[in-house]
Amino acid sequence: MIANIVEWLTSSATWSGDTGLWARIVEHLWYSLLAVAIAAVIAIPLGLWVGHTGRAKWLVSLANSLRAVPTLGLLFAVALWLGPKISGDLAFLIPSVVVLVILVIPPILSGVYAGVEAVDPATRDAARGMGMRGMEVVRQVEIPNAMPLILSGLRSAFLQVIATATVAAYIGLGGLGRYLVDGIKTGDYVSTAGGALVVSLLALLVDGILALVQRLVVSPGLTGGRSGRSRRGRRNAEVANSSAPAGMSADGGGVVSDAT
Amino acid sequence: MIRFEGVTKQYPDGTVAVDDLSLTAPTGKITVLVGPSGCGKTTSLRMINRMIEPTSGLISLDGQNTGRMNEAQLRRGIGYVIQHAGLFPHRTVLDNVGTVPRLLGWDKKETLERSRELLSRVGLAPELADRYPSQLSGGQQQRVGVARALAADPPVMLMDEPFSAVDPVVRDQLQDIFLDLQSELGKTIVFVTHDIDEAIKLGDQVAVLRVGGKLAQISDPAYLLAHPVDDFVADFVGRDRGYRSLQFQPAPRLPLASERTVLLGEPTTGVSGDWVLVVDDSQRPLGWVEPSRVSGAVTTDHLHRGGTVARASGSLRGALDAALSSPSRRGVVVDDDGELVGTVRAHEVLSLIEAADRPDEDKADAFAEEGA
Repeated sequence: MIANIVEWLTSSATWSGDTGLWARIVEHLWYSLLAVAIAAVIAIPLGLWVGHTGRAKWLVSLANSLRAVPTLGLLFAVALWLGPKISGDLAFLIPSVVVLVILVIPPILSGVYAGVEAVDPATRDAARGMGMRGMEVVRQVEIPNAMPLILSGLRSAFLQVIATATVAAYIGLGGLGRYLVDGIKTGDYVSTAGGALVVSLLALLVDGILALVQRLVVSPGLTGGRSGRSRRGRRNAEVANSSAPAGMSADGGGVVSDAT
Repeated sequence: MIRFEGVTKQYPDGTVAVDDLSLTAPTGKITVLVGPSGCGKTTSLRMINRMIEPTSGLISLDGQNTGRMNEAQLRRGIGYVIQHAGLFPHRTVLDNVGTVPRLLGWDKKETLERSRELLSRVGLAPELADRYPSQLSGGQQQRVGVARALAADPPVMLMDEPFSAVDPVVRDQLQDIFLDLQSELGKTIVFVTHDIDEAIKLGDQVAVLRVGGKLAQISDPAYLLAHPVDDFVADFVGRDRGYRSLQFQPAPRLPLASERTVLLGEPTTGVSGDWVLVVDDSQRPLGWVEPSRVSGAVTTDHLHRGGTVARASGSLRGALDAALSSPSRRGVVVDDDGELVGTVRAHEVLSLIEAADRPDEDKADAFAEEGA
């Protein structure tokens, strides 16, 4: 079996053509990106707003409860409801993307909200006290500080959407789900297993790329900036840096630490 | 000049945080608001830059009603330092300092130059500029906080318990740096603390607030220590106020006795008496030794280091403390270069204290407004 899968994966026939693996990967990524992009456009501003104002926190709970909706059931419901109203390929694409968007709004929204919510109140207070206006606080302080959680929300969104975009094949769309659906239907378990393997690898690959992006985008000040120096080391540095002239003290007529 | 006129802050639940507060923070001076928790000192401070809006009353800045100013513009013109510094964790030290200049649209180069200059002003090494706040000690962070507040050279600074989260040694250093900076810059500063010692050390005038946001007393620190208006203030300024008030009394010409000294590294032979003062080559006092216990040359191991050193130009508190802490009972007095000028005894300082006037009543309420 494993040998067969390897053979399937390494055969050039598998990869080429309009319905080949390359084409399916591109389709798969296209559905995934489209869904995450739409979800991000909705969820990121919403999460920033909820986190910044502290209002309508129920939106986040509501979104999280959407996670419980079974994707496949929702897909058929949306396809049956929307399908007849739309013509052509879009009749399949739109329901699939709608379902995927609903699937990935929760992780993105919670990530953004949790990130903004977690910004130290003293930091936010300082930002306002320095004279930053609302949007300046969001852009210059809240987003950069929330970035680690925003990106981890996006990463989990991508992982989920790539794994789940296979369902689009159930309603006649392409993507890597084709290998799963068609393989099971025709008893071609080699391509089923091969398709599943490629989906997993794709998810890991995208996650890896995002991990790299995370490193570049997140300020080093937020990622374990504490160097290996001990408390004591820091304290000594503090004392060494001080240039406090003892005589400047208003306390006592210059209690110089030199003793007599 | 910052002026509070009948300012009250009441929260929707009925709590009155600040009650009919009237006071003036004069230009170029440090006004300290001090009081127990719940006295509304932080609320009062935050109403100046409109982080909190007063319920009634008027706050004006150089005659202009702050309530009518644009909030963000008002705040950009006021330096703001808070407890724990509140630095931006995602920005380097240098970028933190440049925050307000950037908001004001200064160009990059100007902002960088100014930020570097300020870091050195607050005594931070240049190599710290590219660190992040999490890599600094609490004291260093607070220095950055002060530098950040000063960056756009605002005429007014608001400081909300800026030094209370660091250990006493570092706090003392920060206070000294702060006073040093203020003597150069002459900002109009409102400073909040719960620590009466800090208030007395830093304040040109001190406003004591009581729980419920009422002003109990406002005056210069010497007068406050000498004449608390009621039991609350007396209690709050603490036990040692008689002794501490001496720090505001410059020592008049001290009756100095000359002191026999011995150089470090030389023997004490031929010196009699209980204690003899050891000095270095430039006549700076190092410590006392008991000649009978020293055989041969005096080394640093022989030195008794218990005594403090007073400056001739310092206060009576310094002189008295030097006398009281000296093992020989003779307080060591030095000039401004640290060179020995003589010694003084406690009873001599005490007679000076008795001869001196108490801080007089008339000059007291010069700063105070009605209700003080």
